Amino acid sequence: MVKKVITGNSAAAYGVKLARVQVVSAYPITPQTTVVEKLADFVANGELNARFVNVESEHSALAALISASLGGARTFTATSAHGLALMHEMMHWAAGARTPVVMVNVNRAMGPPWNIWAEMTDSIAQRDTGWIQFYGESNQEVLDTMIQLYRICEDKEVMLPGMICEDAFYLSHTVLPVDIPEQEDVDRFLPPFESAYKLDFDNPVSIGSLSMPHQWYMELRYKIAESMENARKKIVEVDREFGKIFGRSYSGLVENYRGDDADLLLICAGTMASTAKDVVDEMRNEGVKAGLLRLRVFRPFPNAEIVNLVQNAKVIGVADRSISFGNQGPFFTEIKGALYGKIPTKLLKNYIVGIGGRDVTTNTLKSIFRNMASIKDHGLDEEVTWVDLKR
Amino acid sequence: MAKPTIPTEEYMLSGHMACLGCGAPLAMRYLLKALGKRTVVSIPACCWAVIPGVFPYTNLKVPLVYTAFEVTGASISGLRAAIDARGIKDVNVVGFAGDGGTADIGIQALSGAVERGENIIYMCYDNEAYMNTGIQRSSLTPFGAWTTTTPVGKTKFWQKTQKKNMVEIMVAHRIPYAATVSVAYPEDFINKVRKAAGIPGPKYIHAFAPCPTGWRMPPEKTIEIARLATDSCVFPIYEVEYGKYKITRKVVNKKPVADYLKMQGRFSHLGEEEMKQIQEYVDREWELLLKKEEFTKEW
Repeated sequence: MVKKVITGNSAAAYGVKLARVQVVSAYPITPQTTVVEKLADFVANGELNARFVNVESEHSALAALISASLGGARTFTATSAHGLALMHEMMHWAAGARTPVVMVNVNRAMGPPWNIWAEMTDSIAQRDTGWIQFYGESNQEVLDTMIQLYRICEDKEVMLPGMICEDAFYLSHTVLPVDIPEQEDVDRFLPPFESAYKLDFDNPVSIGSLSMPHQWYMELRYKIAESMENARKKIVEVDREFGKIFGRSYSGLVENYRGDDADLLLICAGTMASTAKDVVDEMRNEGVKAGLLRLRVFRPFPNAEIVNLVQNAKVIGVADRSISFGNQGPFFTEIKGALYGKIPTKLLKNYIVGIGGRDVTTNTLKSIFRNMASIKDHGLDEEVTWVDLKR
Repeated sequence: MAKPTIPTEEYMLSGHMACLGCGAPLAMRYLLKALGKRTVVSIPACCWAVIPGVFPYTNLKVPLVYTAFEVTGASISGLRAAIDARGIKDVNVVGFAGDGGTADIGIQALSGAVERGENIIYMCYDNEAYMNTGIQRSSLTPFGAWTTTTPVGKTKFWQKTQKKNMVEIMVAHRIPYAATVSVAYPEDFINKVRKAAGIPGPKYIHAFAPCPTGWRMPPEKTIEIARLATDSCVFPIYEVEYGKYKITRKVVNKKPVADYLKMQGRFSHLGEEEMKQIQEYVDREWELLLKKEEFTKEW
């Protein structure tokens, strides 16, 4: 095993190389660019034997990969924000065509006003496209999840596309020590892609034909829903098996950090979870029973896991680095939905934080825990608060 | 018995869902006769998204990968990349799209694929409007035509612009091979597709495919009208190989454009003045093509 001090984007590129991806297609957008630059270097140096399709848009990047995947190749793309939004039509297509395309999305805010910094609205807006969604906390997790994702997505019981999201700059451009797994271990863990379709000229099929209301469209959509359910189990199994080979695993869909006996339980995703872990430790030292749940996976949504893990909490805070205009933070809405009817009523509070890359500092998170403590004693002040908002 | 001038093998089966007299199935049939079994076709939204039949049926004897409206160029790039990655050498990768999917919404992806030099054949079957959605104008709808979005009405709202010249757009990309073909001339059609298959890099073939439904003409007149389009120089049959122009169907006695226009209900509102205007435009374009052929003669 080699240890390198690298950025999240570089870690993602190592993931692609180790997964022996055969076709890469991408279009440049800040802050994704260094992923594909690194991959272009790998290809140019002969370290990665992949076809590199330098397309003229993100929409074409994903379109090319869907067809490449149907042609039997393992595929990869990376994008961010506006690039992901432009892909939206093909996001649906990738899932509908049952192509296990894997993507890195660098979570970035949508314009206008132009803003290239961290926010999760871009990927949350792809919620209903049928993609598996992971949110990374560290560069190591980005690399490891890449390798796990190919196993999960290419599983015959899943056959769906998947993405791993990195917070813009906090992961994409920040260097951290990363263990680069040995190729032979990855090969053992991740066999070559065996597509169910491939191109068979003796028994040709048409993929994606017209399907009418009275016959199979609805059934084919049901199969996607079913496969997404299968993915829950696979995510946990694959993570466990990964741990056995590589000595690292990530607790499947949700990470529980000192949450079992926590009165004040914060739920969030991405890099702010790292900061929150420090804050939880500090709060614990002060005698406050604080805890954290980190959403590692947003689709399939970990409904049952969350219900199990919040049983003892008195106040549940949900920090969303995105907002669904006209309602609340998307994680908050989904968590409320998960809990409904499953546990006695709890105090639930939504914190909108870090919009457009505004720093979520230890002080931000401390103020959130202090607010949760106040809710525990005095009841709910308001259901949604925008934290650190200038007025 | 005389030897058939086109291959007898069929890769497009009967029982499809095209309208009576549709030119588009002929284009696919000749295309596949020329290329044979080791061919994969990618088709976006267009009449041909419906013609092969409803899932799980198909009328093609080659693999067909459907794609979205605007990405035929990207889809075939991905297919070629996968085929290369798998070490397969003998497969034709073909994009097959309508005029809207080629000249309007799909032009970006097509331009990208051609600029990158992808080893693909792209065929546009041109029926001069969005026929699958119900005869809306495209940028390949000719001057003077009625469509449902260029209705005649009191203000003569019919199509007022000339159709884009897709072959010239492809030539501007310095494409190795671009050509026009017509369903009225199967031998020429098949010869050009075969020639394209032997040339590395991107190839663009623009196929004239009349639409009786949208052109408001009798379905049995498809071939007659397609011949007249070429004989009147409305749709010249030529090729451009590495920049060198060659008119492959010489027109000796040019027929009047009005003969072509008067056979179709979509032009029935045009008066003498407009017909004259169209004739002048067609003459000028034809002269230009002759001059290009002359200019590139020694290339």
